[in-house]
Amino acid sequence: MQHTPPRWAKTLLKWWAAPNTSEEVEGDLLELYNHWVATVGERKANWNYTLNAIKLLRPFAKDQRSQFPRTYLYSPTMIRNYFKIAFRNLLKHKGYSFINVAGLAIGMTVAMLIGLWIYDELSFNQYHRNYERIGQIRSISTEPSTGVSEGSPHMPIPMGAALKENYKHLFSKVLVSWAVSDYTLKLNEKNLTGRGHFVEPGILEMLSLKMLKGSYGSLKDPHSIVLSKSMAAAIFGSTDPINQSLKIDNAIDVKVTGVYEDMPKNSRFGEVQFFSPWDLFVSSNAWVKENVNFWGNTSFGIYVELQPNVSLETAQAGLKDFYAKNVPTDFMKLLESYKPEIFVYSMPQWHLYSDFTDGRPAGGRVTFVWLFGIIGISVLLLASINFMNLSTARSEKRAKEVGIRKAVGSLRTQLIGQFFSESFLVVLLSFVISCGLIILALRWFNELADKAISLPFTNGYFWAGSIAFILLTGLLTGIYPALYLSSFQPLKVLKGTFKAGRFAAVPRKALVVVQFTVSVVIIIGTMVVYQQIQHAKNRPVGYNQESLITIGLNDPNYKDKYDVFKRELLNTGAVSNVALSNSPLTSIWNRSSGFTWKDKAPETPSGFNKIRVTSDFGKTIDWKIIAGRDFSDEYKSDSAGVILNEAAAKYIGLKNPIGEYIKTEDGKFVWQIVGVTKDMVIQSPYEPINGTFYFLDSRKVSSQMTIRIKPTVGTTEALAKIETVFRKLVPSAPFDYKFVDDVYSQKFSQEQRIGQLSMLFAVLAIFISCLGLFGLASFVAEQRTKEIGIRKVLGASVSNVWQMLSKDFVILVIIACVIAAPIAYYFMNEWLQKYTYRTEISWWIFAAAGVGALIITLLTVSFQAIKAALMNPVQSLKSE
Amino acid sequence: MKRTFLGEFEEIVLLTVAILGEEAYGVTVTQELEQKTGRSVGFSSVHTTLQRLEEKGFLASQMGGATAERGGRRKRFFTVTATGRKALVEVKQVREELWAALPTQTLQLMGG
Repeated sequence: MQHTPPRWAKTLLKWWAAPNTSEEVEGDLLELYNHWVATVGERKANWNYTLNAIKLLRPFAKDQRSQFPRTYLYSPTMIRNYFKIAFRNLLKHKGYSFINVAGLAIGMTVAMLIGLWIYDELSFNQYHRNYERIGQIRSISTEPSTGVSEGSPHMPIPMGAALKENYKHLFSKVLVSWAVSDYTLKLNEKNLTGRGHFVEPGILEMLSLKMLKGSYGSLKDPHSIVLSKSMAAAIFGSTDPINQSLKIDNAIDVKVTGVYEDMPKNSRFGEVQFFSPWDLFVSSNAWVKENVNFWGNTSFGIYVELQPNVSLETAQAGLKDFYAKNVPTDFMKLLESYKPEIFVYSMPQWHLYSDFTDGRPAGGRVTFVWLFGIIGISVLLLASINFMNLSTARSEKRAKEVGIRKAVGSLRTQLIGQFFSESFLVVLLSFVISCGLIILALRWFNELADKAISLPFTNGYFWAGSIAFILLTGLLTGIYPALYLSSFQPLKVLKGTFKAGRFAAVPRKALVVVQFTVSVVIIIGTMVVYQQIQHAKNRPVGYNQESLITIGLNDPNYKDKYDVFKRELLNTGAVSNVALSNSPLTSIWNRSSGFTWKDKAPETPSGFNKIRVTSDFGKTIDWKIIAGRDFSDEYKSDSAGVILNEAAAKYIGLKNPIGEYIKTEDGKFVWQIVGVTKDMVIQSPYEPINGTFYFLDSRKVSSQMTIRIKPTVGTTEALAKIETVFRKLVPSAPFDYKFVDDVYSQKFSQEQRIGQLSMLFAVLAIFISCLGLFGLASFVAEQRTKEIGIRKVLGASVSNVWQMLSKDFVILVIIACVIAAPIAYYFMNEWLQKYTYRTEISWWIFAAAGVGALIITLLTVSFQAIKAALMNPVQSLKSE
Repeated sequence: MKRTFLGEFEEIVLLTVAILGEEAYGVTVTQELEQKTGRSVGFSSVHTTLQRLEEKGFLASQMGGATAERGGRRKRFFTVTATGRKALVEVKQVREELWAALPTQTLQLMGG
């Protein structure tokens, strides 16, 4: 076997031994090493080799074979000199330095903010230690008539038991749950609303919560509740919450058995303020109890945790034939044609891949991570281009310095090093400033982006990232000037014949075009986002949203009080109408299929939204009946009546639907169509409206109350009056209302947020580009001082000179617009495709963006151009 | 001409180079020295001494003889220069004169 000496000793020797004898020394030692291995053994040989190597290090020895002393790159004196010159240059040209530093600082701020934002997005849910192994069960079924697959996170309860029993080898935990919802928590007379999660006890351990009080076993007691720290503080203040009694929704008695540290905002469960055991949910809801062994009610969530040695792929494969193996045969017969299957939707996908195609995760917020990443890099690039352009434009001023340095012996590598050190200085300065800017802007940015980001100064990765970022930016900004400036030939430069050629400005112009292309693309993008939001906002909602409030009736004491409520509310004089429905106005809680009607083709799918409303619902929300009539208390038969929306009426396809019947397929229920309303936007404002059936809630027991405030009465006054009524009739419940238009506008919040963010970036991008243009314009004006003087003497007017100077830049910007338009069109068209209800990208957006960019350019350039044009030619010509 | 001083270690290294003739380079010199004197000699000190002797002009060197064992690196072969030979002879003469000047009794006491 071949033995080799320790590598590090070898390397040490290679680097630091005296250069002119290194070859034979290395060879000799290698030969001796083999001798030692043979005579005294490998260990001793290693030791001898290392010892000798260390003794032979001559780190300061110079290569004496060359006739001339070698210049070496890292002389401290020279480096000090570079920085001195760099500082002097910065101070001498304060205007340019300001443009460089300010532009870069803004660019770096944007890039870092976006970096932090992306980091936050990517680290979503990572608070949970086992997050890679956690998942949620989702199902996919295919409608046989249409072949369309749809997915759902809602499962039947017995599936949990089946997974627990038959899939132990895949899952270490299987937890059945009820969706996170709002509940009231009552302590004596104090009432608070909180978001709670009923789920099996293993959840605390699965989410690796930090238990401040109690343990992971705290949910084992069927009447227990575990609170977040902030919730516990809100209810109990400083008293110890453990073993205190609470009442959920004024109906379920629970005892506090634990407190956990609040989860960070960037976790799916961050909003959850308390956990209670699933068994408690079952025992306190009769309808759930009935469904414990029923496969037909799919309303529940199932979380799973994979066994440590099981991969996600294995689990997916293991679940393939779940339905065939586990579902009772009589029930399976009903499902068979739908080809149902289930899979694990793993936690790392929950946040970034939350859009589904054919029931499987496909994209989502990850698009924005990419989008903003590209924008961040682009903005940084814009700022770097400023630095490049201004450095190379002013190269003639530095040419003499380069010539002299070369004449006295500088190597090109040294000059490159010098110019890099200058750009690093500027970048470092900008970094410090941008850190300051971020600290100032972070609160405001968090609000805009709905995040809780902070600068992680104590995090080592942050510093490593920052250093990498500085190096990258320094390299990006410095590389072109460094290579360009160091390439001058000393002879030409010093003789004074150095003139930047006709084509010297071409790369500069190209870079300006790049800058404006990027800016214009971002501007167009922003305008399209806003147009789309506006388009959706302008969509007719189909009812009157103004001064409409909704209240969820989450307390058993509301039962059978509706008539009293209505009377009392109307008596206040502040309310014009009241109604109940079993879904709020802004979402759909019920959807069913299995309806049939006259002339229905047997294969037509029959899924419809269902809303149960009281007879005064229509009048309260002011819907528009376009055929037939509204529900009315005068017709007793209306309890078996149904009102369709336009979409449903069109779908059913009857020429005159009024008076026709809607039946369930088994024929047990029959409703007569009494009217058709105009479509109302209830779900996503970007999607087409689903067919909806409105049934009459003649028992008046629905859980959502909608109240119309009289427009003549002030809102505050009206709310005070309404609150007194609620306090009087159901003192146990909190008066927790929402304005319908507020809730509705939240549907736009994600798009609005993106619009605002990209608006911000667009403004900054164009600002940075203009800074650079401003610098270039002033340089050009300065360079052509004499020419302008002569032109003026010969009779050129101010406007002539202004035109001459502006023309060049205007052409560049026009070119940029021409390039930007198709790029922007392509990307924005892609983006719009994901909305069904979408705007057309109209030509005026491109025109507006182009004209806007031109105007801004002209304003920027004109300042310098006019200043140059107004100069007295005597002044500019008298020197020489 | 000022006589260059030749240290004891330098002297034996120089002598060894002379003994080895054509084959004198770092490794052989070190090994030869170890064998002949029986003391353990560090390669680094031999190397340094060889360098110093070359600087003083007692040795001349040339590169050659790369082998695979050395990772393809050449050896630096040393030969004694005329000055080197002269210096050796001088040292020997001085020693012999000194030995000759030694009183016979003392010589006998030392067992010589």
